[in-house]
Amino acid sequence: MNTRTLPYREALREGLREALQRDPRVFLMGEDVGRYGGTYAVSHGLLEEFGEARIRDTPLCESTFTGAGIGAALNGMRPIVEIMTVNFSLLALDQIMNNAATLRHMSGGQLGVPLVIRMTTGGGRQLAAQHSHSLEGWYAHIPGLRIVTPATHEDARGMLLTALEDPDPVLIFEHALLLGVEGPVEGPPHPVDIDQAAVRRAGSQVSLVTYGGMLHKTLEAAARLAEEGIDAEVLDLRTLRPLDDTAIMTSLRKTHRAVVVDEGWRSGSLAAEIIARINEQAFFELDAPPMRVCSQEVPVPYARHLEEAAIPQAEDIIAAVHQLFG
Amino acid sequence: MSAPTPAPHPAIGAAGLNDPVHARALLWQMIRIRRFEEKCAELYSSGRIRGFLHLYIGEEAIAAGAMPALRATDHVLATYREHGHALARGVPAGAIMAEMYGKQEGCSGGRGGSMHLFDADRHFFGGSAIVAGALPLAVGFALADRLRHDDRITACFFGDGAVAEGEFHESLNLAALWQLPVLFLCENNYYAMGTALDRAQSQTDLAAKAGSYRLATESVDGMDVVAVARATEAAVDYVRSGQGPMFLEYRTYRFRAHSMFDPERYRDSTEVEQWKQRCPIETFARDAVATGLLEASSREDIVGEVDQEIAEAIDFAEAGTWESPATLSRDVYARAVPAGGATTDREAQP
Repeated sequence: MNTRTLPYREALREGLREALQRDPRVFLMGEDVGRYGGTYAVSHGLLEEFGEARIRDTPLCESTFTGAGIGAALNGMRPIVEIMTVNFSLLALDQIMNNAATLRHMSGGQLGVPLVIRMTTGGGRQLAAQHSHSLEGWYAHIPGLRIVTPATHEDARGMLLTALEDPDPVLIFEHALLLGVEGPVEGPPHPVDIDQAAVRRAGSQVSLVTYGGMLHKTLEAAARLAEEGIDAEVLDLRTLRPLDDTAIMTSLRKTHRAVVVDEGWRSGSLAAEIIARINEQAFFELDAPPMRVCSQEVPVPYARHLEEAAIPQAEDIIAAVHQLFG
Repeated sequence: MSAPTPAPHPAIGAAGLNDPVHARALLWQMIRIRRFEEKCAELYSSGRIRGFLHLYIGEEAIAAGAMPALRATDHVLATYREHGHALARGVPAGAIMAEMYGKQEGCSGGRGGSMHLFDADRHFFGGSAIVAGALPLAVGFALADRLRHDDRITACFFGDGAVAEGEFHESLNLAALWQLPVLFLCENNYYAMGTALDRAQSQTDLAAKAGSYRLATESVDGMDVVAVARATEAAVDYVRSGQGPMFLEYRTYRFRAHSMFDPERYRDSTEVEQWKQRCPIETFARDAVATGLLEASSREDIVGEVDQEIAEAIDFAEAGTWESPATLSRDVYARAVPAGGATTDREAQP
């Protein structure tokens, strides 16, 4: 296999291009996905390649273009809806929650919504409190949705292809800080497993459980911990709903310590859910209380030093691990 | 005075028909919906039906007149006041009644209830209880057909309350911008639950409001089943011809309360009584007999027929079965996801 290096946004684009080539039912719809080339240049060039019917610029109406994606999915298409940023998805939350997630069950199994919704998430770009949050944990609360968070370049292009094969709605959260990061891919884009978490760094003394944009800070923390002689395992959840409990508990049975790293706010967070599951399923494996590193409970501020203080950093992860070994 | 007093205006009425078979079919459907819902109200009072129950009584001319204008392959979306639409679309009365009972033989398997009737085979997509929530879906249904070069159209029923929601405006804009085959069918009964139209809308001429999105509009007397049928046929032809979406307003009135929990403090009984004088069943039956289109005995015959069907529907619902809670989590996902996590056994459907 030939290994290449490319920016995350280009990996996303490779996934989109492959999806559009594979299946005539696939089309991309959202704000500025076409002529502008995508807010973050993810879909740059696709309008010229696939035309206006399949690369559809919409007016600013998140609720309606998301709902239209649901309707088109109900009517046999495989739409990809792009929402510019996670905070804007709240304008479409009614459609996501009350229609996409609900229709199969509410109709007694007659209907299905094979829709993919992509959006950027996360902070770190000094965009303040209406562009920087990590709400994937909220969405992971909703039965009927599948939530995936590609942290690697292979996942960035492959998860989209797998999501399009899913008969149910899949939300893909792409961390904005990753967009320009270079990383490896092998060969042409292909669907990847989205059922299982992945061990990104094997270790024996503590399990660092994370996902998405936090994976890279967590790997950095693990590398620094290794220099001190602490051997951390890093588990990339990849899918936040449904959670791969088996992978979490397998890692924990090896290390007996856990730190969950989650960019969401602490209270009612995905991290809280994971720790609850650890307590339910592996309590007696624990050598220390499970810890979590989450965002501070403030709207994400603009000033760089304040934003850095609000969002988990490698130092915070290291400090949490130190507490465990204290 | 909130709702306009029903003014005498040029009605088409039975005089606009010359086919007794057609006339009987329209009257039959209206009486069928009326009797079905009167029975639902009784069953609600006796506790057989629970949840919310929103009756369509007074508005039957719309579903009865409009639905036959659509092809079986067209898509229909409606609101939580949709018993009449489901019946007129051909969803079996027994399956609807069983749904209201919460039985698994119901048209949504007992998961939906009165507000969420679905029948995918009949392209009847509910059954939405989020006001205006179905309009974006209708845009998407039509977009899919447009992308496939299919000449099906999507008909979306909603009330005047939806016109205040952002999704109404976004959906009309998008459908008009993309020239999609959507027929927006507004059942204006002058009240969004208890809020009168003129207490909610700066512009109470809803067709004028819709027209600002540059799509074709029409308003019609929703108490006149023939006027409804004619206007809807024309609108369907227009939309199917590829000229873009259309907004059709039916001016109508709800004779009963908003739901079974409504003390009706927001409108006075004289207004209700005035509208009842224009009952679509009474006026059409009277005119059809007067013009010799139907026999005087027709109405009684129809009542007998539909009462028989409704009795059978109730028997069907009574004889229906309750889904075991063991299968509660079925159909959350197409493939089973075990509670509590790992997805190693996704293929096993209970």
